[in-house]
Amino acid sequence: MQPIIDLDNLSVKLGKREILKNLQVGLNGRAIGLLGPNGAGKTTLIHTLLGFYPPSQGTARIFGQDIRTAPKKIRSLIGYMPERDSFIAEMSCVHFVRMMGELSGLPSDIALERAHEALFFVGLGEARYRSIETYSLGMKQLAKLAQAIVHGPKLLILDEPTNGLDPPTRQRMLKLIREIRDTNQVHILLSSHLLRDVEECCEEILILKEGQVAVYCDLEAERKANRKFLELETQGNNLVFAQAAAQLGCEYALVGERRVKLILQNEVEVSDLYRIALENQIQIRRLNFKRDSLEDIFLKAME
Amino acid sequence: MAVFEHKYKPYTGELTPVWSRFMVLPRYAYQEIFKSKLFLALFISSFVYPLASMLIVYLHHNETALQMLRLPIADVIPINLDFFYYFVVVQNTFGFFITMLIGPILVAQDVNNNGLALYLCRPFSRLEYILGKMTTLFLLLSLITWIPGIMLIMLQGYLEGAGWLINNIRILWATILGSILWVFVLVLISQAISAWIKWRIAATGALIAIFFIPNAIAAIIQEIFETKWGYILSTRSIMRTILADLFAHPTRIEIPVWSAWIAILFICAFCFLLLFNKVKAYEIVQ
Repeated sequence: MQPIIDLDNLSVKLGKREILKNLQVGLNGRAIGLLGPNGAGKTTLIHTLLGFYPPSQGTARIFGQDIRTAPKKIRSLIGYMPERDSFIAEMSCVHFVRMMGELSGLPSDIALERAHEALFFVGLGEARYRSIETYSLGMKQLAKLAQAIVHGPKLLILDEPTNGLDPPTRQRMLKLIREIRDTNQVHILLSSHLLRDVEECCEEILILKEGQVAVYCDLEAERKANRKFLELETQGNNLVFAQAAAQLGCEYALVGERRVKLILQNEVEVSDLYRIALENQIQIRRLNFKRDSLEDIFLKAME
Repeated sequence: MAVFEHKYKPYTGELTPVWSRFMVLPRYAYQEIFKSKLFLALFISSFVYPLASMLIVYLHHNETALQMLRLPIADVIPINLDFFYYFVVVQNTFGFFITMLIGPILVAQDVNNNGLALYLCRPFSRLEYILGKMTTLFLLLSLITWIPGIMLIMLQGYLEGAGWLINNIRILWATILGSILWVFVLVLISQAISAWIKWRIAATGALIAIFFIPNAIAAIIQEIFETKWGYILSTRSIMRTILADLFAHPTRIEIPVWSAWIAILFICAFCFLLLFNKVKAYEIVQ
């Protein structure tokens, strides 16, 4: 199957700095989370896909179209919600969204109709005749989402869509993203540094670290994988305990002074852990089975 | 995605031709521009001189009216090259004032509000954006410069007879070329300023400075070095030289016409480069 986004040895230089380095991955999911610490290259990757920055080496393909040779064709398939506050001054929201629709190729009357629909969909129906300059931050984010979907794109790129939102508005934004995803009519690339946002909306994740692919995985498959994750709270020297567990073949991660995360191997039982705790004079105060959360995947990628 | 359903639905219908999309920008810009009463007053007043000129042309050919008014209009205001030269000069001046009013905000408001990314993330190129913004001003200025100029010439040609237009074809192309060139220069300079200077008052000030300060510098150069080449720095003087040459009108500025043409082409190219360099979705921080 042809990937939705195919990064083919993609490198991008801005000035003398190489921001993206030889990215090689094919993204297929309905909703793909793009993660990474600040400066990892998430936004640069998005901007390169949109044709704002030229690749210094390699290329990328979106729905099989090369970003080097068919940037306009690609942009006609994409809806983009930028991270920064972006709007057109002195314009009501409905006019703004309509204009964006027309620039994407919608006929004027259809653009107006769809602008109204998009604004009602995102929950700005009652405020659609107000100037965007008078909107709150949350409303501006919703207006940006409306302009990104007005022309019915096949790929929706959302750059930090929940930035600066209060909890109810954030939940509303995530609900909208899930609703769009569940229509099965559009693919979503969601860039965020908020792991919970990505976890709630995405099926696949691409983690970037220093401009390189650190992890690309199917979140659902990872969750369903038959791996035993344990989180233990201990009293005593948990490093000694963790190293003893490692000798049994377990992977471990220390979380603070009292907590240890373990991945049990098939042949290792929980009773073995109690045994090595006893041998090392360590108390196990709490033991929880735990799924491999996105946070764990992310932290592992950052190691 | 109907309003009552509140659901997302993709669009599968017809799309407009790609080449026509730059015209979306002027259409939306005019909705905002014509809300300004100051602009509207200036725009309407810029039609006073063309209407007065048409009236003069009409009176020239209406013996009855002339006898009734007892005006020796044919002696006072003859219809010749100078008549059309001053028409172009007056209308071009109005064009400058209108540019001062709306030119500085056209690109600046998109740059200020990070709006460029919203345009350029669509199937809409930087060139189309620039073309759209330039068209906004170009069409407005055309309505008060070369379009009424052509109408005036056509009226004179109609009333005087077809032979007049053939004998005075120079007036037609001098009016069209002189006006369009001025409009084009105004559009390019104002849009380049608009892209680089975000503050409206500063941008308007820069526009005025570009058209007036080099003249003063040229005068100083002339005083000190006794050369008129300093006027090559002044867009206004360059245009005056070209316009005077087109209409065979005497001028006190004595820079060669060929140098004026080269200078104006250089100014246009430079402004376009400035504009093109600034119209980007995001600035690259080196």
